[in-house]
Amino acid sequence: MKQLSLKRSGKKLKYAPLYLLMIPGIAYLLINNYLPMLGIFIAFKNINFTKGIFGSEWIGFQNFKYLFQTSDAYIITRNTILYNAVFIVLGTICAIAFAILLNEIKKKVLSRFYQSVIVLPHLISFVVVGYLAYAGLSLETGFMNKTVLPLLGIDPISWYTEPKYWPFILTIIHLWKSIGFSCIIFLASIISIDTEYYEAATLDGASKWAQIRSITIPLITPVIVMLTLLGIGRIFYSDFGLFYQVPMNAGFISDTTSVIDTYVYKGLMVSGDMGMASAAGVYQSIVGFILVLGANLLVRRFSKDNALF
Amino acid sequence: MINESKAMKWISNLVLGIFSAACLIPFALLIIASFSSEESIVRQGYTFFPEAFSLKAYEYLWQHQLELGRAYGITILITTVGTAVSLAITSMLAYPLSRRDMPLNRFWTFIVFFTMLFNGGLVPTYLVYTQLFDIKNTLFGLLLPGLLMNGFNILLVRTFFLTSIPPALIDAASIDGAGEIKIFYRIILPLSMPIMATIGLFQAIAYWNDWFNGLIYITDTRMFGIQTILTKMVMDIQFLTSNSNAAGVNAGAAIAELPSTSVRMAIAAIGVLPILVAYPFFQKYFVKGITIGAVK
Repeated sequence: MKQLSLKRSGKKLKYAPLYLLMIPGIAYLLINNYLPMLGIFIAFKNINFTKGIFGSEWIGFQNFKYLFQTSDAYIITRNTILYNAVFIVLGTICAIAFAILLNEIKKKVLSRFYQSVIVLPHLISFVVVGYLAYAGLSLETGFMNKTVLPLLGIDPISWYTEPKYWPFILTIIHLWKSIGFSCIIFLASIISIDTEYYEAATLDGASKWAQIRSITIPLITPVIVMLTLLGIGRIFYSDFGLFYQVPMNAGFISDTTSVIDTYVYKGLMVSGDMGMASAAGVYQSIVGFILVLGANLLVRRFSKDNALF
Repeated sequence: MINESKAMKWISNLVLGIFSAACLIPFALLIIASFSSEESIVRQGYTFFPEAFSLKAYEYLWQHQLELGRAYGITILITTVGTAVSLAITSMLAYPLSRRDMPLNRFWTFIVFFTMLFNGGLVPTYLVYTQLFDIKNTLFGLLLPGLLMNGFNILLVRTFFLTSIPPALIDAASIDGAGEIKIFYRIILPLSMPIMATIGLFQAIAYWNDWFNGLIYITDTRMFGIQTILTKMVMDIQFLTSNSNAAGVNAGAAIAELPSTSVRMAIAAIGVLPILVAYPFFQKYFVKGITIGAVK
């Protein structure tokens, strides 16, 4: 008995250095990720800073009630989901198409050049992207209004006050920034496909299109599913930079540019309405969580190997 | 058959060529605007062929070298320290998680994984960092929130350890009398340079480009990094132009004092310059890194 416990503590000691290595990382996760999870109860309180967070009174679902009574709740939910859905569908299709085309280019130098250049937008911060967009769209000095539209004989457009253009502008900018990166991911999995498949198909007289449809696409399906799953899991979150920096926070167009993330930010930093902001945040976290689990469950049902967990 | 693949090659080059141009041209426009005279921007708009070139914007930057130098210094410092600390704690956490023989291995892996599924949201995070740790207007505000380490990177490194380092190697070192920590530093890390380079690049870019922490945790102009300056310049202009009707003449005067268009473009240009210059050198690692990330 005694020997057994000695052996056990010996085993525990053996792994003590490993636990030691883990301490800083776990501590960071605790502070950065787990502690804020407790803060969810802020959404159920009437925050009064003179009383402190713990001293503030509980008000139940009042904050949520206010949130869903406003038209904001509908607008931000609709925008968040629609934008992300469009981004997932178009982003995936374009990235796969580009990866297939990129795989056709056998000249090494040329292929390397394309690969480097199309990833470039991914490396730039959204502040700078916002500046680039402004250079293109500004009313008095933008490239569109001063150079492109006059060539086409169209009058200048006041982009930053016209909500109807923004779904297109934001989609184009999102695709511009993200396609290169996901294209490389798809390219990596296309390259790893055994060339014998294509050789056999060519001997059988299969056209390029037939090869793409019945070899390339099926074989990269796991990657497609994984990326789409991650996308669906995050459909309730948006790229804050895209929706904050690119529209430059312009009020006129907020109908088509505000999403949950920008709403939470404004509630916290601008209007100081912390109750509504945290209610929206909780709404986002919980629905997001359910969506990840749901998407994963769905994939699991059809093919276990492709599920995330 | 030969015609078909020739056609495919043409289409590929055409499409990728156009998209590559679309990726490069905006940067060209930005840099040309920073070298244009203010009058020609007002008259012609942003253009590739301005009537008059001018170094005024860069003279302005030179006059403000103290503020901009400090902002640049802060960005470089945060990027370096953040990347180094991030690499250290990410690998230190990922390695034990890759050891299947460690007790509670699955539990800790889940603890890491769960952070990818669920989070407290912006408001509680902000309150934790400002109320509990009081990092507002300190360099920690730029360093710590959100960026230092994330579940995705940990799992990426863990997968690398699991798949590229044979357990027999660890056993052998252990029999030779090396302790766990020595094994980690002397054997595991030297073998993990590809994944370290990848994560290092991801982190360096994330820190260099981060403007969000600056936006919410920093109000003191002496703590501004380059991206924060760019963000605040947009907001100031927005504020002044949207209030100019109410404030009347004063706002007009204030707008006149703001850095001119070409100056804003020049600051944006020096903000992206390091990435544009360094990218060709680390492009190889970056593409390889994305590829590693693609393998589940």
